[in-house]
Amino acid sequence: MSWIRISLLAALLLCAFSQPLFSATKEFLSVQVRQGQLRSTPSFLGKVTATLAYGDKVELIEDKGAWKMVTIRKIKGWMHMSALTTKTIALQAGKANVKTGATSGELALAGKGFNAKVEAEFKSKNKHLDYAAVDRMERIFTFKPDRVQAFLKQGKISPEGPER
Amino acid sequence: MKRKTFFLCLFLSAALLFCGCQATLTTTTKVTTQAEKKGVISPEKAKSIKKSTAKIAKADSKRREEFTPEQEYYIGRSVAAVIMNKYPSYTSQPVNEYLNLIGQALAQVSDMPEIFLGYRVLILNSDEINAFATPGGHIFITKGLLRCCRTEDAVAAVLAHEIGHIQLKHGIRAIKQERLIEFGKTIVTEIGGDKLLETFDGAIGDFTNMMINTGYSRPFEYAADDVAQTLLRRLGYDPNGLVEVLMVMEKKLNPEDTGFGKTHPPPQDRIDKVLKKTGIKYSPVLTPQVRQIRFMKNIGNI
Repeated sequence: MSWIRISLLAALLLCAFSQPLFSATKEFLSVQVRQGQLRSTPSFLGKVTATLAYGDKVELIEDKGAWKMVTIRKIKGWMHMSALTTKTIALQAGKANVKTGATSGELALAGKGFNAKVEAEFKSKNKHLDYAAVDRMERIFTFKPDRVQAFLKQGKISPEGPER
Repeated sequence: MKRKTFFLCLFLSAALLFCGCQATLTTTTKVTTQAEKKGVISPEKAKSIKKSTAKIAKADSKRREEFTPEQEYYIGRSVAAVIMNKYPSYTSQPVNEYLNLIGQALAQVSDMPEIFLGYRVLILNSDEINAFATPGGHIFITKGLLRCCRTEDAVAAVLAHEIGHIQLKHGIRAIKQERLIEFGKTIVTEIGGDKLLETFDGAIGDFTNMMINTGYSRPFEYAADDVAQTLLRRLGYDPNGLVEVLMVMEKKLNPEDTGFGKTHPPPQDRIDKVLKKTGIKYSPVLTPQVRQIRFMKNIGNI
């Protein structure tokens, strides 16, 4: 058998065996928003079945464009890709606070870069800035998905774009 | 000849150093091509300049990607605090709620519906015609700008434009290059303390200076208008809402005004770009009566 044939055969065997190996590799993603919502269908109209915390590591099951079917702690659901990252998010203490959606002052996050601690130092040097007003702005205007849908319906606004 | 080359190189380096963005990359490439055509620099020199320009821009863009949604959120909170220090808030709960419903519905159909905390809108009690958005999703719109809106579709267009700035990360691009390098170092070495605070302080300064004093570059404004058109169409608002509000602003804005007039391209330029891009002729906004009634109830007397 010539070297060319042997090489071709080796390449074919490698492809045949490596395929199942690659497909068996699990892919994990991390939740990169404070509260990531899992939905029953790949759409913002889908019912919220669970809320995941910042830094939660989920396994990717299925990919449907911008929507990813993921699983964690035996729960399955769809998440929008903008809520997920391939980077690992290392949380320090205070994860429970993140889960309950507590105010930023109580969060103790990864410790790298700009975080609540840096903000606190900046705030102490800029006492004229009113962070309580920012907290109010963030806290007050939170709506349930049904409320947004009702608002659209009432205003006769009918979506015509991609899946939501 | 050598003198010319020296000055060209000096100009290009200065432009890259001070701006370090995609727009500069394009400008530098264009200037280099022209200089090459006119024989000011050799083709080899031109190739070398273009190569190093692209390399710098790539490194710059990578540094900007280091910002996670969480970090964008913290930059955004402090920028929001600075804005709220400069402008008083308009405290009507129902009117602010109305704007938040429009904003959050638009965000849902965008390419980036989920950001760290989500999108929030607040009205500023100012007659100035202006709007701001932070990388953390805080959107501010003045009473003056709301008075330029004749329909809910026009209000949606303004909010969609601001969502566009957030999603295209235009604010992050305002942060100076040397600060990004410093930020990159602190991320790698995990050095916190004074150096990180200094970088944060500088980043907030860069951002607010750009928003309040200089404004985004014209290509960024046109790009945010493109996003606005897309979001209006996807959600089901009349895309003519954007042209409608720009037409009112064109009449109301004084070129010597501070605020929006100073930091944005003339509305007529934006109207021309929008119409050229979409290839449609403007027609007055078609808004159902029920939508117009709620618009008038909330914004009519603002």
